[in-house]
Amino acid sequence: MIAALSFYLFATVTLLAGLMVILSRNPVHSVLFLILAFFSAAALFVLLGAEFLAMVLIIVYVGAVAVLFLFVVMMLDIDYVQLREGFAQYMPIGGIIGLMLLAELIMVATARMVDPPIGLGSGPAIPDADAVTNTEALGRLLYTDYIYAFQTAGLVLLVAMIGAIVLTHRKRPGVKRQVIADQISRTAKDAIEVVKVKSGEGI
Amino acid sequence: MADFFHTLGAPIRWIVETFLWLPEPFQYLLYIVALVLAIILPLLLAVAMLVYAERKIWAAMQMRRGPNVVGPFGLLQSFADGLKLFLKETVVPSGANKGIFLLAPVVTFSLALVAWAVIPFDAKLVLADLNVGVLYVFAISSLGVYGILMAGWASNSRYALLAAVRSAAQMVSYEVSIGFVLVTVMVWVGSLNLSDIVEAQAGGFWNWHIFSHLPMAVIFFISALAETNRTPFDLPEAEAELVAGYQVEYSSMAFALFWLGEYANIILMCALTSLLFFGGWHSPIPGFMETIPFTDWSAGWLWFFWKIFAFFFLFGWIKATLPRYRYDQLMRLGWKVFLPISLFAVVFYAGLALALGKI
Repeated sequence: MIAALSFYLFATVTLLAGLMVILSRNPVHSVLFLILAFFSAAALFVLLGAEFLAMVLIIVYVGAVAVLFLFVVMMLDIDYVQLREGFAQYMPIGGIIGLMLLAELIMVATARMVDPPIGLGSGPAIPDADAVTNTEALGRLLYTDYIYAFQTAGLVLLVAMIGAIVLTHRKRPGVKRQVIADQISRTAKDAIEVVKVKSGEGI
Repeated sequence: MADFFHTLGAPIRWIVETFLWLPEPFQYLLYIVALVLAIILPLLLAVAMLVYAERKIWAAMQMRRGPNVVGPFGLLQSFADGLKLFLKETVVPSGANKGIFLLAPVVTFSLALVAWAVIPFDAKLVLADLNVGVLYVFAISSLGVYGILMAGWASNSRYALLAAVRSAAQMVSYEVSIGFVLVTVMVWVGSLNLSDIVEAQAGGFWNWHIFSHLPMAVIFFISALAETNRTPFDLPEAEAELVAGYQVEYSSMAFALFWLGEYANIILMCALTSLLFFGGWHSPIPGFMETIPFTDWSAGWLWFFWKIFAFFFLFGWIKATLPRYRYDQLMRLGWKVFLPISLFAVVFYAGLALALGKI
């Protein structure tokens, strides 16, 4: 009863928040609604017993990705009139992409009903939820059967990260940087000089 | 004293029993709410008293007296401050985004409380014994940045916005090394459950992780300082340059909620440090002080509280002693020092755990 109630609560919130992402006029509100959608999706994961996925969804998407989203959107200087002018121009493209996504969603939903569920085929059996925590089960699967796919994904991300750094990094001349090693290696000997000054003569 | 929490359970049970006429699920909800209150109310009281304690600590370190007027020894100072804030007018700046402006302190405050759900106070004395407890705490603390970002943006003030951006960058940076430190502990114990992590340190202080994970504990504590925006990393509220940072437009209860949330977070970080590295509720020497009659000073939760307070003292000590970091130095420490060290440590501790047959 409580599980059902919470499911309907979180499902409704997820859908409404998702709707508000595209309906709200202020982009910052959109991002905040997106975060709410992520959050309630994580709650739905918990209800399914996939606690690890729920936590990772929050840590990665809400804790890191959406923060950067919000960062960028907050910095924007938004002109609402200009925003509305472009609407008609971009509508066909947006509509086509939306239709494609919708078609894909429908195909996924129907394909699952036709084909046998994944667990029953040649794939690995789903472990008993009471015996193994789902963090452990996921870890075993990722680091045994799917190790190559997993490591490749990691490599792709690493390359993307290095690429982003290389693309944005620029060396400007004449910038003073703090070199901590230089500061620490400085001793009194090369910093000060004791000079005996004869009175009335100066150095 | 022995079964303090058991006696605490009696009024909760009484409350639940008076509502027996309600349908089953509502009774369950009521029971949960009672348990939540049993954590939150002492926590808020602890915040009030710890603010007082901290002011006394600072005062002692600066050769002052500190609060000493309200109540005996100034003990009621925090409550007087709270009452004062409660009676003030809530001012919303005219250019502010009203909804988000008022939501921000609520978010900060509730996130600070929500994380306490998985903290084990003693063996089996935990509200939600999650299998992913460590991840849960990490996830919630990574959300803390939203309260600050929302406050900074909605205030429509340049000081607040600057502070919010600074704070977000800082929290995101230090979260990375906190995450890696948590991974070293999780690999070592082989569990993500906080109770399991504490149980792995049972049987005397020589089993505590502080000895096997000393560099990690240091990194964790320093990152915790940065994560809670405390000195020497309190750039978000650097009063000399940003007035009071993201809180500058807030008054009355909204301000108080920020304050409560901040301190609840600090206590949470102290609790986490003692759970992960200092044996949580275990006494340093098994059986120590158990023989003193009529008292039970060896109760697990009491040890836990003492440890929390020790780290809280450390927080206060640091605030009274250290100057503020410069922003580029803060970023350097996070990304160029802590991140490589903790990343290497993940590999090192995983290898060591494998070599010692822990995995």
